[in-house]
Amino acid sequence: MKKIIDFEVRENKRLNADTILLVLHADGMPEILPGQFVNVKVEHSPSTLLRRPISVHDVDEKQGLLYLFVKIVGCGTAAMGELKAGDKVNVILPLGNHFTIPDSGRSLLIGGGCGVAPMLHLAKVMTSNGLSPVVLIGTRSAKDILRREEYEKYATVYYTTEDGSVGVKGFVTDHPVLNEPFDYVFCCGPEAMMRAVARYAAGRNINCEVSLENTMACGIGACLCCVTDTKEGHKCVCTEGPVFNIKDLKWQI
Amino acid sequence: MADLSVNVNGLALKNPVLTASGTFGYGTEFQDFIDLSRLGGFIVKGTTLHRREGNPYPRMAETPAGMLNAVGLQNKGVDYFIGHIYPEIKDIQSNILVNVSGSTVADYVAMAEKINELDKIPGIELNISCPNVKEGGMAFGTSCVSAAEVVKAVRQVYHKHLMVKLSPNVTSIQEIALAVEAAGADSVSLINTLLGMAIDAKRRRPVLSTVTGGLSGPCVKPIALRMVWQVAKAVKIPVVGLGGIVSATDAVEFLLAGASAVQIGTANFIDPAVTIKVIDGLNQYLDDNGFKSVREIIGLI
Repeated sequence: MKKIIDFEVRENKRLNADTILLVLHADGMPEILPGQFVNVKVEHSPSTLLRRPISVHDVDEKQGLLYLFVKIVGCGTAAMGELKAGDKVNVILPLGNHFTIPDSGRSLLIGGGCGVAPMLHLAKVMTSNGLSPVVLIGTRSAKDILRREEYEKYATVYYTTEDGSVGVKGFVTDHPVLNEPFDYVFCCGPEAMMRAVARYAAGRNINCEVSLENTMACGIGACLCCVTDTKEGHKCVCTEGPVFNIKDLKWQI
Repeated sequence: MADLSVNVNGLALKNPVLTASGTFGYGTEFQDFIDLSRLGGFIVKGTTLHRREGNPYPRMAETPAGMLNAVGLQNKGVDYFIGHIYPEIKDIQSNILVNVSGSTVADYVAMAEKINELDKIPGIELNISCPNVKEGGMAFGTSCVSAAEVVKAVRQVYHKHLMVKLSPNVTSIQEIALAVEAAGADSVSLINTLLGMAIDAKRRRPVLSTVTGGLSGPCVKPIALRMVWQVAKAVKIPVVGLGGIVSATDAVEFLLAGASAVQIGTANFIDPAVTIKVIDGLNQYLDDNGFKSVREIIGLI
């Protein structure tokens, strides 16, 4: 069941030039599955009308903590960047579908830029289910690798950077780990990256899910603004996604 | 506790708060957040005779204190509504109205005939004001002749409450209102969205796939209030006011301007429980100001 909850900001930490980590606390937080997102109300930004959909980076059910990466791109997210410990934040959650967690087999989790956010929660849940996920993180540069030590707790992690400062120089699709056998690929990041990953997965007949990020108004399937074109027609990214199997999308891959 | 009930020309509402079509899905999307039976009523997503995929993405642009949408009446068609959605919602203890849109007069008539058969649907909202479709929609609502023509045709086959949703994208909304009143409308609802546009300066192209879209949200409220006031003075049938309502105070303003009921639209996106807050706030306003019934404040200005 979806809830509207007032969270309290525990921490707002700047991770790099344009990304913050928000740690929010509330009692009675509903169960959140990897790949789901939350819709955050923005205060103190008069021109911002709509909530901001943010993917869930990590969840600590016992302590009632919700971890979000927020990339600052406009007025709304900039106002979120100004939040201080103790501030209240109104959040609707959990929203959307989730990644399909396999029972067995080898999974490769690919995250690009801020799109790496949900991969921590996914890796953590997979590990607790007895799986051994491999994570591949692609960024521009070393400074854009966010919370690296957290990912390394739950997965074998590989890196690519565009400037070669860490890991393999280039894009995620340039990394040799892709030549290892995988049964599942899960991907979130810029669309061009996800399309390249989808091509790789389709070429090797690997089951692949991607998490899309379209502009949303309501986040609950009422406005029909955030649609993506699928083989079955327009589907709402907020309720029928954000996770889609690439077989269902109309991507030319 | 004040009496919140209103009667909109035969449509009895437990309170004057409805939800605007296209902002409330089929009601069920909001069931986790509110008790739907507390609403005066809700108006389901714009329905057409045949399935429509709507416009390509991007369909939405946020603007200062508002948003533009270009959804383009995406829906699965009236038969799907009757077969699959109506059975799921018909027992909700509220007034469910269906927003009906078409590209020809015959489309509107065919749908009205079908919906007339549904026991638990006490009325339709005739959408002659959608700005996001190429044929029909707003084209009907921007001329007195075509607006009257479609209302007259539907009136002949539809025997329950006929609300007609008016477009603000006209020179004189009072003239359109008078024309649909003469053609047999039971009430008018206004305003639908205002035609607007957003441009991405960085990419030097329009934000919306359709270039233009419908503007809604708090930014349109002063225009909506003005039009509701003008129309309420011009027609004898009740006026249902909408446009940018986010609070009980906003709703009170529309009632004072002459609306017999209000619809809440875009605000549902930001706070899915806003309707209940408006209903409770309205009661509080009436109590605080010594009114026994909401009907006492309708059209005070």
